[in-house]
Amino acid sequence: MPDTDVINNRQTPILVIGGGIAGLTAAIELAEAGRHVILIEKSAYLGGRVAASNLYFPKLCPPSCGLEINFKRLRTNPRVTVLTLAELEKLTGASGDYEATIKIAPRYVTDACTLCGACQDACPAEIADEFNFGLTRTKAIHTRRPAAFPAAYVVNRFACPTGCNACADACTYDAIKLDQVETHRTYRVFSVVVATGWAPYDAAKLDNLGFGKCANVVTNVVMERLASTEGPTGGKILRPSDGKPPKSVAFVQCAGSRDRKHLPYCSTVCCSASLKQTTYVRKSCPEANVTIFYIDLRTAGHLQEFADKVCADDAIELVKGKVGKIEEDPQTKALRVTVEDTISGKKTTRNFDLVVLAAGIVPRTANLPPSLSLDEFGFVASNASVGIFSAGCVKRPAEVSATVRDATGAALKALQVAVGVTQHG
Amino acid sequence: MDKKLGVYLCCGCSIGEAVEVDALVNVAQSESKPAVCRSHSFLCGDEGLSIIRGDVGAGVNTLVIAACSPRAKTDRFTFGPLIPMERVNLREQVAWSHQAKHEDTQALAEDCLRMGIAKAAKMEPLEPVADAISRTILVVGGGVTGIGAALDAANAGFDVVLVEKEAQIGGFMAGMKKTFPARAPFTEASAGGITAKIQAFNSHPRIKVFRSTRIAKTEGQPGMFDVTLEVNRDVTLEGGETTTTHRVGSIVMATGWKPYDASKLTALGYGLPNVVTNVELEKMAAKGIIVRPSDRKPVKRVLFIQCAGSREKEHLAYCSSVCCMSTLKQAEYLREQDHDAEVYIVYRDIVTPGPYESYYQKIQDHPLTFFMKGKVTNVNKGPDNSLLVSFDSELLGGPMQVAVDLVVLATGMVPNSADGPAIRALRDAHAKALRNESATQLDEAQKTIAQLQHHDSTEILNLTYRQGPDLPVLSDGFPDSKFICFPYESMRTGIYAAGALRAPMDSVLAEEDAAGAVMKAIQSIELATQGQAVHPRSGDLSFPSFFLQRCTQCKRCTEECPFGALDEDAKGTPKFNPYRCRRCGICMGSCPERIVSFKNYSVDMIASMVKAIEVPDEFSEKQRILVFACENDAYPALDMAGDVTNNVTDKARRHYDPSVRIIPLRCLGSMNIVWIADALSRGIDGVLLLGCKFGDDYQCHFIRGSELANRRLDNVKETLQRLQLESERIQLVQVGIDEYRRLPQIIDEFAGRIREIGPNPYKGL
Repeated sequence: MPDTDVINNRQTPILVIGGGIAGLTAAIELAEAGRHVILIEKSAYLGGRVAASNLYFPKLCPPSCGLEINFKRLRTNPRVTVLTLAELEKLTGASGDYEATIKIAPRYVTDACTLCGACQDACPAEIADEFNFGLTRTKAIHTRRPAAFPAAYVVNRFACPTGCNACADACTYDAIKLDQVETHRTYRVFSVVVATGWAPYDAAKLDNLGFGKCANVVTNVVMERLASTEGPTGGKILRPSDGKPPKSVAFVQCAGSRDRKHLPYCSTVCCSASLKQTTYVRKSCPEANVTIFYIDLRTAGHLQEFADKVCADDAIELVKGKVGKIEEDPQTKALRVTVEDTISGKKTTRNFDLVVLAAGIVPRTANLPPSLSLDEFGFVASNASVGIFSAGCVKRPAEVSATVRDATGAALKALQVAVGVTQHG
Repeated sequence: MDKKLGVYLCCGCSIGEAVEVDALVNVAQSESKPAVCRSHSFLCGDEGLSIIRGDVGAGVNTLVIAACSPRAKTDRFTFGPLIPMERVNLREQVAWSHQAKHEDTQALAEDCLRMGIAKAAKMEPLEPVADAISRTILVVGGGVTGIGAALDAANAGFDVVLVEKEAQIGGFMAGMKKTFPARAPFTEASAGGITAKIQAFNSHPRIKVFRSTRIAKTEGQPGMFDVTLEVNRDVTLEGGETTTTHRVGSIVMATGWKPYDASKLTALGYGLPNVVTNVELEKMAAKGIIVRPSDRKPVKRVLFIQCAGSREKEHLAYCSSVCCMSTLKQAEYLREQDHDAEVYIVYRDIVTPGPYESYYQKIQDHPLTFFMKGKVTNVNKGPDNSLLVSFDSELLGGPMQVAVDLVVLATGMVPNSADGPAIRALRDAHAKALRNESATQLDEAQKTIAQLQHHDSTEILNLTYRQGPDLPVLSDGFPDSKFICFPYESMRTGIYAAGALRAPMDSVLAEEDAAGAVMKAIQSIELATQGQAVHPRSGDLSFPSFFLQRCTQCKRCTEECPFGALDEDAKGTPKFNPYRCRRCGICMGSCPERIVSFKNYSVDMIASMVKAIEVPDEFSEKQRILVFACENDAYPALDMAGDVTNNVTDKARRHYDPSVRIIPLRCLGSMNIVWIADALSRGIDGVLLLGCKFGDDYQCHFIRGSELANRRLDNVKETLQRLQLESERIQLVQVGIDEYRRLPQIIDEFAGRIREIGPNPYKGL
């Protein structure tokens, strides 16, 4: 493709940290505006948390649809260098002239890989699949289905039996290099977009809610995998304890959020996410009743219409109340949920087959440039004076479309730094 | 250009084990006589690629790569726009999806190869169009979003023209006492508004601002919009002119919002002396002390009614997002002026997302601020200028009444938008009424006029587009995209909505939204400079061309283009605007005369692919099914189905009917029904169309391609009747990309139904 250089020195890239929907968006938007980009992702594949989601609210459409388009944009755009298993090791310099050192862990598989699958068939070592929260098994050499970017396998070397070379022997394309080592690369970059995303709040810290102690208490992120055809149940919502479809499901909102002892802020997305997951339950188990225990139903903007549509279902009950305690019946594994109904003021106890904790959003801020400071909640604001811009859930809790919007704007700010250098520097 | 075709077959990734590649080489060589035909065990490897590159160096100028899906190894098989290339999917959709070494699988592979060669033989190299592209951005609206957009564009090195209809810039923000907390710890409303921003804006050398100005006309296309601005009569420009024309490359529309019309809220007391809206209260607060309007007495007891007009089907179905925060802020104003004032807030849900929760907690902590979940039933005049507010309290489980000095309605946000297609329909109806051709037509036109009258004179951009003067909008007026992954997707290329116009949002988000929209506006200019398409076919250099000598002025293409790329002359001949085009090919699908073609995608090319399929005679008992699959979702899903099958042990269970011949389309909307007629008249037994979901929650990346394809099927029914064929031979199925595990079943069920119907009687004719 002809690449017309409108401004001199366009080749210097912009660094984007994080390959989830925010980083992916920032990188592609910059590249399509003619900029070069280094996109680094800590895990082996791009897509982040959206790739692990089953459907998006409010359209109930699959994330893989947008990822497909974005991956296609990446594949056909020569300006983005994607580095996976990569982390920022060091950032020196100043806005407009940074030097970024990237540490890249070995993948043990080169881009000669064709995803033919011969290696996986030959691999003798089974491991828990972290992508499905350990609820399924995979091989030491594995990939992500149905669509992996980069389209290459990855090896978990810790799981390899000593001296095993089975995958490399099975590979016809000489794509497996089990002797790969960690590498370091240094790039000069104009500016940085930080899009390191979020992690669910550790539900085990909510010790009254039974997570980790009661088999049938799951989190909302696990629900996404249960609903996915690539998940442990092939897309059916089943009770972890006995694999049976639940007849009654409770969603516990603000599990950690809006709680001064845990996350003082509102995680913004959990109300809509639970409403969405309610539709998973109703589709997979048409017999099941759903109760949502909430403080305020926060479905801003057009999400309100989604909430109205979902709640029109008679099998869904909304109860304004705070769940105080969840206990398991040792025999049936049913769950006793104690709720303080803020409307009646009474404490009531009700039984459910399955409880979903709407765990909040915690920003991921490990290995960030030291010039960024965290606010009292742990989020990171952009710092224009140092040419580093945050985007997506590391900045504030946000749903996917808001994250994409934010990442597109952060890309612009990063581009402005580059323009400033090339026009005045 | 002399075609020198090179055909390359890969035997790797079990293709070689599934089909006889040598036999495929024979098919290519004997039937198409390519300059070169080679097979390789690892075509995407360095050696394979260097062989292809060597042949290209020696004069091969068109490539057929029969290997994996075009979605795989894209970066490896890249030879530039001057070398037409067609990828034949022998891996995911043949070797991985069908029984190895079976005659039906072999026949499928042979047909795939024939189809690829047939298309490649007609493909031409792509040369980018090159025009002078303007690097100026027009910003419409001078509120917080517009000012932010102008500064953002200017600071990215672009010149900006900003148009504001009022005499002053600043919008709502300029008249506010304080704005929402913008930074940690998010407990203090910020004072100062946007004064600093306005200063930066006024002094920026790249920004030219036109106040008291409207857009009289926007002509042209991205990269070369010619915008005529008209200044209010009482203001004149240098030299006494009242209009100026500016060439701009792209447009950010930031016309903001207006409060919901409170006169529709009489049930909540609006119209009574001491009932005001939140906007009116803000004005009062900005001027000084908040008093009771009826007697200017200080207020001691104030009640806020949340969701006044929002979250109600009969008013605004959406949540206006900002009213809870606005009420909290105004509750604080009252607290500041009178520490002992009682503030009641009747709400349904307090929506303070993210860190705004801290502000809510702070306001909530005051003992004289009462949050009451409930619904107001009526507001009446009480004694001594007071107001009696009755509401159903959910907390107390029954009716309650409070006497207060002032009631504040937290009214919502309505976008300042114009509905382009509706205005167009209104204009058409007026024209029809004037023509007065028949009584029924007149009646119909008048009905339309009555229905759409409220759109009269609402134009903002005044685009000279055939499809209307402004952006298409959702039913509630927001020109928002329905794409979660692509919120800035626009049905008018190069024009991007931002801020409260696009969706209800506060000023912090509106400024961020402005930056995002500017990014898209810049991108549209940069891509136009290179002759490339914008998302979702970003980088595409192909354009449709129109063989106008054969045009019958049926106007289908100009009506169906979702992006308004085609205008019309007086007779109805399409006038193509290449930079508005998104290259989906919907015009190509719409044209009954088949006059629309791309250099690498045309009615003729796909028809040639259909003709390249070998149809066994009626005695062979082998049926043939043609599948047109949307390239964005259905086709990847078919690949994924193959990938899943390749990775299970009981592959046979997931194999699907090998009688299908799959042709990817840029969008199902680019399907021309002539292909269906061609297929049926050649003896193909059934045609399956796989497209994206349509309707309210459409997933089509070109907005309504699959829906248009579905509509065209009505015309196909006529063809079927003429040929005396069963209508079940054609079916459109809406599939999401995530339904790849269901696709083999969908295909098998269709193939089974066709088998039941029996062979197409036109075989061999």
